[in-house]
Amino acid sequence: MSTRIETEIARPDTVTIEVDGRPLSAHPGESLAVALLAAGIRALRASPRAGGARGAFCFMGACQECVVTVDGRRVTSCLEPVRAGMRVRLGLG
Amino acid sequence: MPDAIDLLVLGAGPAGAAAALAAAEHGARTVMVDEALAPGGQVYRAPPMDHRQLGQRALEPEHRDGEALRRRLQCSGVEVATRHRVWSLLPGFRVHAIGPAGHRAWVARAVVLATGTTERVVPFPGWTTPGVIGLAAATILLKSQGAVPGERVVVAGCGPLLAAVGAGLVKAGRAPVAVVDLAGRGEWLRALPAMAARPDLVRRGLGWLAALRRAGVPLLSGHGVVAVEGDTRVTAVRIAPVASDGTPRAERVARRLEADALVIGHGLVPATEATRLLEADHRFVADAGGWIPVLDDDCATSVAGLFAAGDGSGLAGAAAARLQGEIAGLAAARHLGQLDEGRYQHTVAPLRQGLARARRFGQAMARLTAPRPAMVGTIAADTVVCRCEDVTRAEIETAIASGAREMNQLKAWTRCGMGPCQGRMCAETAASLLARHVGGREAAGQWTARAPLRPLPLADMVGEFGYDDIPMPEPAPP
Ligand SMILES: Cc1cc2nc3c(=O)[nH]c(=O)nc-3n(C[C@H](O)[C@H](O)[C@H](O)COP(=O)(O)OP(=O)(O)OC[C@H]3O[C@@H](n4cnc5c(N)ncnc54)[C@H](O)[C@@H]3O)c2cc1C
Repeated sequence: MSTRIETEIARPDTVTIEVDGRPLSAHPGESLAVALLAAGIRALRASPRAGGARGAFCFMGACQECVVTVDGRRVTSCLEPVRAGMRVRLGLG
Repeated sequence: MPDAIDLLVLGAGPAGAAAALAAAEHGARTVMVDEALAPGGQVYRAPPMDHRQLGQRALEPEHRDGEALRRRLQCSGVEVATRHRVWSLLPGFRVHAIGPAGHRAWVARAVVLATGTTERVVPFPGWTTPGVIGLAAATILLKSQGAVPGERVVVAGCGPLLAAVGAGLVKAGRAPVAVVDLAGRGEWLRALPAMAARPDLVRRGLGWLAALRRAGVPLLSGHGVVAVEGDTRVTAVRIAPVASDGTPRAERVARRLEADALVIGHGLVPATEATRLLEADHRFVADAGGWIPVLDDDCATSVAGLFAAGDGSGLAGAAAARLQGEIAGLAAARHLGQLDEGRYQHTVAPLRQGLARARRFGQAMARLTAPRPAMVGTIAADTVVCRCEDVTRAEIETAIASGAREMNQLKAWTRCGMGPCQGRMCAETAASLLARHVGGREAAGQWTARAPLRPLPLADMVGEFGYDDIPMPEPAPP
């Protein structure tokens, strides 16, 4: 089962984005955090001091837990709309 | 160079949108700024571009009201700057924002702050595990993104959003594992008289409860989450009954629920970083969500020309936010000389009556989610309080034991609140922990707000700035 609810929202056709070098299908316009969640990717980064796994938490751009790098810029993935060809790097490294 | 305007409205939720529309109608040159993709705020959040809500979802009152609001804004004189985060406000008022195309600045003769809220989650072991998300956050997923946080979801915390999210999951075909409510039946019964003010919302709430019952979802009132299991993802949620001081008792774990996601929220907290930055007076009102700006009947703060409205000035819900926003917009127009006293008083009188009614319901709901000070006492020593800097409760207690007596000292000594969220996730917990030792929340005080209010990518700062844009304090008068 997908975490996307198919019955409640009509989405534009998928495009391909790149996540840590691997292709991923996602709907243009949807939140990048939601696209990652649908792909089963929940841990997005490691906390700076203890190195604990962290993922999207507030979904409103406040907590900064979902920050990833998109085309070289650090963005809150919850507020970042998916665009074809965007290159995403997770901050787990 | 900054654009010169009459009124800047920060926040495009029901409060900000009503303020902007009212002021623009009286001729104020108005810009409304919001970091979201579209106007509407939290309750009227729009679906993403080129996504369309279907069936029942498209018939929800919030969706319809939100679409109507966006259409009204489109035909109004309001300039709407979405995807712009305001990171600095200076007296005068100079307002700085960063957007997809770079830096923008305005000089406004008046400002309405309608910044809404952030969510309070009292920490417990495992609350930082991926798969644990906020309860209000889940409404965004469900309503705007048409997504669920997992396959087996536990919904926990307090307040009306519990049943709303639980029923939303049922409708999405992913009935939650359980809905776990800190409040017992008694608390809900006490809210009943005020709820009579909005029979429509009561019916809706009962509808959510009926949907949960039909789906066979266990509704555990008087219970709370004591821990989440799992390292890089949630595997189970442990819950326990709540003791008489309102806190779940870890030693009496009642159930272990297998789950891959936990949705949890302990109420909303007014976002006061902008009123703090402009040094408006504040007061602490637990039932209103915490620290709020001091307002008069015209939504004016203690700073001339600065107005505030909506949940960011005290929790009262969306209906109250809209009415209060309209009052703030009209008061700003009067301040700008675009609305005379007689017409102002005539127009706001019925709005004030409506506001009083809307508040009775909204404030009763807010009380269900008021901070439960005893809860922070149960946080384990090694549990992280500040997510950004991994500061644990033990580190906070050590700083307090060594003499930290107010919030700014605590921050300087522990780094709690210094990370990129600017303290928005940990301020409530840190303040409640400190309050236990210094005689209350008033004594513990608030963090001084500092620009940038939102994290700024360094490249944006360097690339987009002209010398005039760099915020400098006004020189002292000669
Ligand atoms: C995540 C979340 C979900 C919620 N879901 C519901 C719900 O489903 N049903 C319900 O009845 N109530 C919900 N609420 C409660 C909700 O706050 C109120 O009912 C209502 O939306 C309040 O309106 P408002 O205009 O005061 O604030 P909001 O609607 O919160 O609007 C405030 C706006 O200010 C913007 N903003 C704040 N600071 C800045 C800045 N520095 N730069 C740029 N923009 C900024 C935000 O992006 C936001 O859009 C939710 C609250 C939250 C936090």
